[in-house]
Amino acid sequence: MNVIEVSHLHKRYGNKVAVADISFAVADGEIFGMVGPNGAGKTTTIECVEGLRPPDKGQIRVLGLDPQKDGYALREQIGVQLQESALPERLKVGEAMELFAAFYKQKADWRALLERLGLTEKVNTPFAKLSGGQKQRLFIALALINMPKLVFLDELTTGLDPQSRRNTWDLVREIREQGRTVFLTTHYMEEAEQLCDRVAIVDQGRIVALDAPENLVRSLGVEQRVVFRVNGRFDPTPFYNIPGVTRVEATNGDGKVVVYGRDNEFLTHLLQAMISQGIQYQELHTEKPSLEDVFLNLTGRQIRN
Amino acid sequence: MRGLWKLSQTEFKLFLREPAAAFFILAFPVLILLLFGSIYGNDPSDLFNGYGSVDISVPSYTAMIIATSGLLSLPIMLTTYREQGVLRRLRATPIRPQLILTAQVGVIFLMTLIGMILMVIVGKLVYDLRFSGSLLNVLVIFILGSFSFFTLGFVLAGIVTTARMAQIVAMVLFYPMIFLSGAAIPREILPENILNISKILPLTYLVTALRGVWFGADLNEYLTEIGIMLAMLIVGLVVSVYTFRWE
Repeated sequence: MNVIEVSHLHKRYGNKVAVADISFAVADGEIFGMVGPNGAGKTTTIECVEGLRPPDKGQIRVLGLDPQKDGYALREQIGVQLQESALPERLKVGEAMELFAAFYKQKADWRALLERLGLTEKVNTPFAKLSGGQKQRLFIALALINMPKLVFLDELTTGLDPQSRRNTWDLVREIREQGRTVFLTTHYMEEAEQLCDRVAIVDQGRIVALDAPENLVRSLGVEQRVVFRVNGRFDPTPFYNIPGVTRVEATNGDGKVVVYGRDNEFLTHLLQAMISQGIQYQELHTEKPSLEDVFLNLTGRQIRN
Repeated sequence: MRGLWKLSQTEFKLFLREPAAAFFILAFPVLILLLFGSIYGNDPSDLFNGYGSVDISVPSYTAMIIATSGLLSLPIMLTTYREQGVLRRLRATPIRPQLILTAQVGVIFLMTLIGMILMVIVGKLVYDLRFSGSLLNVLVIFILGSFSFFTLGFVLAGIVTTARMAQIVAMVLFYPMIFLSGAAIPREILPENILNISKILPLTYLVTALRGVWFGADLNEYLTEIGIMLAMLIVGLVVSVYTFRWE
């Protein structure tokens, strides 16, 4: 069952086309991500789906509702974290939770929510005194206050340090484990890869690819790389007999070896061969192609963070 | 209506935490009443038709409080909320936009009223304030004046792009207006040519009507003033509906 269905969405601001024909569906219970550089049209799309912006053209159904016509009914049932928003500077965390709880028919226990998001100690702290990570957690708590079936997270981790970002990923996974659907946008390819069941790659107002991250990466057909070091002389010849190996590069001098290969069994075969031939190796690691490579391949450009 | 009560309560608390707004609406009028009262006293004077300086000042300062609420507090609050993204966040909830604005206007109106009441209490206790009008008439003018200045505040918030800009424009409008209209300085001591300039200032009409009914005049003696304020209210409402922005 789909909780979001978007077909042929168009949106422009003046002469600038923000969204040029986007169609997709989000299934119940998944974490669906939209990833792409700044200005690709992610926020416009998510805000049209939330009902905060009227689309120029196209159909949108969210939980069976039209976000423009049934906006209030829809907002009762969704949780929203906006990319750019704030609370009054002197509003305290607990007051914000109470206030937002008052807007909804159905509401969660806000103290329990704060507890789960690690904000209990901040209940009397004014919004302006919170750190970036704490603000984002408060916005997540506010997005969950009406026990929504569907949660929108727009650029949730932008501006957070790596540690807070990882903690936030755990929170997003937890939201999904409670049976909610998550629609998120990000310009961090790694985040999309780590979090999302399915990813739509957006560039210049269009979806250029949409699939599970691992399928997107696999569809690239780029080889995995196994990198290690050897002492002394290295003879690459026997490596070509290992199933899956496509190429071997050895740098004489520092003893660095890169073995390129395809298919899932490649790494197992390689390791078995190295052990049986008694090759001593150090610092072995694998390098997998990522969504970054997918984006580069599809658009010919590097995504800028 | 769900959420309106909680939102109003919250806005009330936030208003009191905003030192500048709370000071200028609640404390400042009382302080200058005490200051000028201590200088001039409140003895009946021919200049003020047999009333004292404090008697004249209370309705005039009331007009000043209304101008502070409508021209300074309201637009600065609205543009700050808009700039920070508070309005955006509220719009992503099921609360109706009318209720958000109702809470804002309700709280600022209540504060304006409290500002006036505080001044009346202090005036009565310290200077034996004289009041010879009808409370109902005073309330009518007070409410009409408040709401016409609030819509002016909405228009201002709709026109300017940033909170900083709102602050500057509000100050430029506010200061000449309170000094020239007779709100801050008794009109009786202003020269003729200043009084002519003051005719283009909307606050002048509020001061005139408020002082009139305060000392016993009937509403129908101030139909021009009432008409001007009603016109401000209606034009302001129409313009603010068209210029209102969430972000």
